[in-house]
Amino acid sequence: MKYICLGYYDPARQAAWTEDEQNAMFDECFAYDDHLRANGHFAGGEALQPSNTALTLYWQNDHVATTDGPYAETKEQLGGILVLEARDMNHAIALMSQHPSVRFGSRWEIRPAADLSAMTKASEERRRNPGARRSSNT
Amino acid sequence: MPSSDLRRTIDSLYRSESGRILATLVRLLGGNLELAEEAMHEAFAAALETWAETGVPNKPRPWLLSTGRFKAVDVMRRRGRSGAAHADLVIALEARADDEPRAEEEMEDDRLRLVFTCCHPALPPEAQVALTLREVCGLKTEEIAQAFLVTTATLAQRIVRAKAVIRAQALPYQVPASQDLPARLGAVLHVVYLVFNAGYSGDATAAALSLEAIRLDRLLLDLLPEPEVMGLLGLMLLQESRRAARRTPEGELILLDHQDRSLWNREQIAEGIALTESALRSRRFGAYTLQAAIAAVHAESSSAASTDWHQIVLLYDRLLGIQPSPVVELNRAVAVAMHEGPEHGLRLVDDLLARDELASYHLAHAARADLCRRLGRLAEARASYEKALSLARQEPERRFLSRRLGELK
Repeated sequence: MKYICLGYYDPARQAAWTEDEQNAMFDECFAYDDHLRANGHFAGGEALQPSNTALTLYWQNDHVATTDGPYAETKEQLGGILVLEARDMNHAIALMSQHPSVRFGSRWEIRPAADLSAMTKASEERRRNPGARRSSNT
Repeated sequence: MPSSDLRRTIDSLYRSESGRILATLVRLLGGNLELAEEAMHEAFAAALETWAETGVPNKPRPWLLSTGRFKAVDVMRRRGRSGAAHADLVIALEARADDEPRAEEEMEDDRLRLVFTCCHPALPPEAQVALTLREVCGLKTEEIAQAFLVTTATLAQRIVRAKAVIRAQALPYQVPASQDLPARLGAVLHVVYLVFNAGYSGDATAAALSLEAIRLDRLLLDLLPEPEVMGLLGLMLLQESRRAARRTPEGELILLDHQDRSLWNREQIAEGIALTESALRSRRFGAYTLQAAIAAVHAESSSAASTDWHQIVLLYDRLLGIQPSPVVELNRAVAVAMHEGPEHGLRLVDDLLARDELASYHLAHAARADLCRRLGRLAEARASYEKALSLARQEPERRFLSRRLGELK
């Protein structure tokens, strides 16, 4: 089963670290990511550029509107996502609690991926056969 | 083999083998449950990769165990733990690799050790249940959460905290010494029966728990053939045998006296009765065996009217002798009502209710209502059904009580 892990960090805190300290963290984190990869637990992941590069898109007055910055402005920012392949939630917890970034102050929100296969199938059915639902109701 | 088929094969192997493999790894790793679990998961992950190339080995269990052992060494090296104890463990793990046959023999004892650790009295009962289902039975966090109607996050934390207690208090990984065994075995059987009862009246997801409890008790019986282990298995089989008859297709409750007894599972009844009789013959039986004996009397009767109620009352008397409880007294009172007439049962139920312990137990009021109904005291019957309805929480029971109340109006 897939678990989406959202990693949050405090940029102000990390900015205060020396280059050696930052490198030490990256080396440990990347080594652990490699370990996850080697054992088939790393199903994908990306680090994110700082939140001042973000743009948020939404619907307003019948138009698509955009605004600078992330959807929610907090002291802690989303720094990366990791897609984990794990047997169950406690396996995901065990894998992520060893992630070195946790010791360096990151927080991880672990969310099980939703299985939309039944919904997707129903939707495909509706799109293939747009009249079906209406006629069954009459 | 296509990868989805292999995944399914490995998933079902996980359910049947993970408890054994984990248990043995815990022993090899000197009681370190978390390290053992990590190594076991890595072994199953390696199986997915390797078996895609080589096919599934004839004996997957030794393959998984020896892979788990190597993975454990990897994990310890990666964590860079040093110290003599650690070095000894690595040497011991590597040496054990040539020792398969002996390991196979020891594995069954390992599972028993794991059950006793998961059911350790230092853990809260709900954590014992969750941990046993996950570590011994191989259920997923999500499956256990769904069966017990709690969120995945709640259940996951229950497991995380329980493991922290095991680590912090260094709970021993062993079968208790013989002087402690009766009490500790009692705690294990209690967990098994809690798991069974969680599945007793629930939907299909929950019903799987009852089967899991039966599977778990079979395992215990193989390893520890004590009379009460046998009695509990008999009791669960006899109760499970009535599953198809307990509800209408619409999910409405059907009480014992109205059940279609041809729907009872004869195979489970035969096995349940045989186990109960062996447990009784041991003369060292306890409360589970006596409850099984009561269930056996019902199972052997072709109708409520032809049931040997006198025998049931006598069995309840013995049960009260070793496990005094107002709920057992209530059940005895219902049996007395069947044997000697409703007025005798009602007197006992009223005495019980006057003692207050059962005043907020809906089934006590439901029993009183039924006895009043049979005696033609309809106003009292209505009042008691209303009281029962105000206390009942489960939907099928509420619908049942409303229906009975409706019939009296």
